Amino acid sequence: MSAVLKPKQKFVVCDGNEAAARAVTLAQVDMVAVYPITPQSSLVEYLAKFVADGDLDAEIVDVEGEHSVLSVLHGAALAGARTYTATCGPGLAFMFEPYLRTPGLRMPLVMTIVTRDTLTPQSVWGGHQDAMSVREVGWIQMYCETVQEVLDTTIMAYKIAEHHDVMLPVNVCHDGNYLSYGATRIELPEQDQVAAFLGTRDVNWHAALDPERPMAIDPLTGGAGGPGPSMFVRYRKGQCAGMRNSLQVIEQVHAEWGRVFGRLHAPLVESYRMDDARYAIVTIGSMTGAAKDAVDAARERGARVGLVKVKTFRPFPKQAMLQALKNMQAVGVVDRSVNFGWNCGPLFQETLGALYDAPARIPAMSFIGGLAGADITTDHFGSVIERTAALARDGIAGETVWLNEHD
Amino acid sequence: MSTQSKAPFDASSIPNDLCPIAVKPNPMLPGDWRSMRPVVDRDKCVKCAVCWLYCPVQCVVEKAAWFDFDLSTCKGCGICMRECPHAAISMVEESA
Repeated sequence: MSAVLKPKQKFVVCDGNEAAARAVTLAQVDMVAVYPITPQSSLVEYLAKFVADGDLDAEIVDVEGEHSVLSVLHGAALAGARTYTATCGPGLAFMFEPYLRTPGLRMPLVMTIVTRDTLTPQSVWGGHQDAMSVREVGWIQMYCETVQEVLDTTIMAYKIAEHHDVMLPVNVCHDGNYLSYGATRIELPEQDQVAAFLGTRDVNWHAALDPERPMAIDPLTGGAGGPGPSMFVRYRKGQCAGMRNSLQVIEQVHAEWGRVFGRLHAPLVESYRMDDARYAIVTIGSMTGAAKDAVDAARERGARVGLVKVKTFRPFPKQAMLQALKNMQAVGVVDRSVNFGWNCGPLFQETLGALYDAPARIPAMSFIGGLAGADITTDHFGSVIERTAALARDGIAGETVWLNEHD
Repeated sequence: MSTQSKAPFDASSIPNDLCPIAVKPNPMLPGDWRSMRPVVDRDKCVKCAVCWLYCPVQCVVEKAAWFDFDLSTCKGCGICMRECPHAAISMVEESA
């Protein structure tokens, strides 16, 4: 990458929830609808403050529940507004009906999921189970590693969502507790540069609530006869095409962000110390920091281990994953959620799918940790690396390992 | 009433696999999918207008000596038959 002159940016110390709210303010959204829920609550409180202070010229709608939150934003988006909300866990569950409809209506909403483990057992702490449970709905989902990445990704999400070849809603996922409340120093871009980066909002060019140009939005489509079945297939395939297109757009937008603001985040997957690695661990979200430390420590002891972090989980970056992992002798995948259907982690199952096209079969194992706010420490990652090294030697994959089982 | 100041939405200019929209009114009326049709016995009808009050689609029309139905909008629900105090209305199956 050519050297870039860093633009003037100021520094602030804040947590991930405030960073997301600041990003939404910089994106100059028109309407925010909110309902507070732990660990998202402070995020929408920051938004309410920024609106009250006059930093964000937006309508903020404090509705009676998450179902209404997203329904309000549907109307706003179809009327041409740039929109935002945030939720998690039970709030996401209550939002499910309009959540299902959002991608089909091709509305470029941005919604943060401050990830939280799902009930039950009762829990208010972090975990990816909420976001992972809705992975097949058709939203783009990107997982952040740091508070800075939360800010940058939330702004980039608008440019990705509103791209005419994409026109899909985006979930920016940041870990409950770890990123939501973890404070650190971040760089804050200038307002006018963000406005120039995002460009003119044009979100209802394809479907609009406009009394002067009336139309029916989402009429009955499908059924067993006439043009219905083929029309339904056409719209479904259109959604899939938007998802596929988004992979390239996500890469382009991240590259442009790097050029303009001097911070280059890996758009789909990040390869860390993979150049001469013989085996790899795969991570997602904020756990990656401790995992990188563990990889560094193992490297000092001579282990040929690398790390691949998944940022974009939906659509799944199959080619990027295959490219990153195809020459590995073993892969250990660490999930912060459970795939009940396969008795493993969901990211593990997705990784297996990507590796199906590898030239040779790669032994792989699933590790699940960090459920309900549990910490995944460098020691945990050390054991993951050791177990994956053994897998590279003997090729015998064991059952799913639950990292916090004996904590 | 405001006049139309913008051009009508040109659906042909956007991809047809995005959001499902309809810009032309659907000409289909309830009568197009009715399976049962109300028939009035003119000798029994006293023009009490109970059918007129109850009809959910307001398809009851007044004739000189009886009430009848606009079959383009009647959906064949049979509420008129059920409510008629003189049993003047019967439901007859539409022929296939």
